[in-house]
Amino acid sequence: MPRLIKPFVFLAALSPFLWLVFRALTDRLTVNPIEDITLTTGIWALRMLVISLAITPLRRLSGWNRVIPYRRTFGLFAFFYAALHLATYFLDQGFGLEFIVADVLKRRFITVGMLAFVLMVPLAITSTKGWIRRLGKRWVTLHRLVYISGVLAVVHYLWKVKISAGPPVYYAVIVGVLLGLRVFWALRKRSRKAPSAA
Amino acid sequence: MLIRKPDGIRSSEITDERHYVRRREFIKVVGGAAVALGASPFLGATGPATQSPIPNYKPKAITVNEKLNTFEEITSYNNFYEFGTGKEDPQRHAGRLTTSPWVVKVDGLCGKPADYHLEDLIKPHQLEERIYRLRCVEAWSMVVPWIGIPLAAVIKRAEPTSKATFVEFTTLHRPSEMFGQKQPALVWPYVEGLRMDEANHPLAILAVGLYGKTLMNQNGAPVRLVVPWKYGFKSIKSIVRIRFVDRMPKTAWNVSNPGEYGFYSNVNPAVDHPRWTQARERRIGEGGLFGQRRATLMFNGYGDQVASLYAGMDLKKLY
Repeated sequence: MPRLIKPFVFLAALSPFLWLVFRALTDRLTVNPIEDITLTTGIWALRMLVISLAITPLRRLSGWNRVIPYRRTFGLFAFFYAALHLATYFLDQGFGLEFIVADVLKRRFITVGMLAFVLMVPLAITSTKGWIRRLGKRWVTLHRLVYISGVLAVVHYLWKVKISAGPPVYYAVIVGVLLGLRVFWALRKRSRKAPSAA
Repeated sequence: MLIRKPDGIRSSEITDERHYVRRREFIKVVGGAAVALGASPFLGATGPATQSPIPNYKPKAITVNEKLNTFEEITSYNNFYEFGTGKEDPQRHAGRLTTSPWVVKVDGLCGKPADYHLEDLIKPHQLEERIYRLRCVEAWSMVVPWIGIPLAAVIKRAEPTSKATFVEFTTLHRPSEMFGQKQPALVWPYVEGLRMDEANHPLAILAVGLYGKTLMNQNGAPVRLVVPWKYGFKSIKSIVRIRFVDRMPKTAWNVSNPGEYGFYSNVNPAVDHPRWTQARERRIGEGGLFGQRRATLMFNGYGDQVASLYAGMDLKKLY
């Protein structure tokens, strides 16, 4: 049974992509296909990121250690969808570098979105066993960058939509809670140590 | 009567009993006399979600030398937040809106305020097909064959007073059928407005049809504004009130985000939206995934006709 879980999770995380390809091949995208693909890959990048950020708190609250390997799976899928999202944006701009550079510098929602992606690049590269071994403790520190990516991704979404209501706000709250839990645990750990030092 | 029954009536077009019953109730309510009993597209003879053909319109009264968007494109990709914020939500959810009976209140600073049944609002005027570019503020565009009447004709009938400097339009507020109005996405009901000279411009129309038939609900049935030189959100849908006022109306998007959506909102490639460029646009249906964006035209290509309305105005400030 556990042997089946891994491929199942992989397939589940890949299924939004497969569904998108199916829709594209069977003329089921909206009449503005490039926007459809941009929005679909963008929202799935965020969802995968949220799931990967939820795994550590999930283990901590449930004591369920077996979920840990999937943190990487979902993190890499977040990177995968984010890369597709970015590629679609380039395509939308006709790969016109002058438009893209101007857009990234001028528009804060694109700036933060781009930054969220750039910060994920070293994480994706160092996600292999070899890099984990080589970096040792520094690996943990490095991979805390994902918190910044999570915040930036949510800000990107909030600034992108025309109105601040509904889904972008829900995602902001979820990411806020997931990061807030970590802060809470870190503070508690410190305050427990503190009395003995006093 | 302007709208005649077509000669060959398909069984699908024959009014079913429920509508007769409803219609009779309605006739009782409004006093009967105003409503003709002959089948009329505007009375929703085939139910709210379907369309009826419009006879007797002047085809291609105004047109553009560009490829029309398909009916499918025009009716499947809409911004109509009353039915949800997704582009496909209006097509999915607008069908449940009842558009018959439909009354438009014309009031405010005018000599002849009145509550018109839609048919009576339209009847005295010649319906024309106007093939216009539609440029959404989100940087996509279409070419749409509307059918409607000049807004100026309706304004003239109402005899606005000299104090009336703006026209305010209001969309139906009916959260039971427009579930988007239960969310605070915008301040409901949706309000739009035009300066009096803009509203009287011959290009501004009240549209009741599309591709030879009455409007689909997702496109703003049964009556909507079309102002082709402004961003699409100015062309308010499903209008229930036209009011003459002496100050600039508080329009829905302007109230929601004044830094991004001005009152005028003329299509202007030189004034970017804070979050994207307005210099280029994606024409729906053009070139598919690898198609290039096309250049956006000042006043959406209607500059020759409308630029004089804005002579001397700084359109960078009054966006």
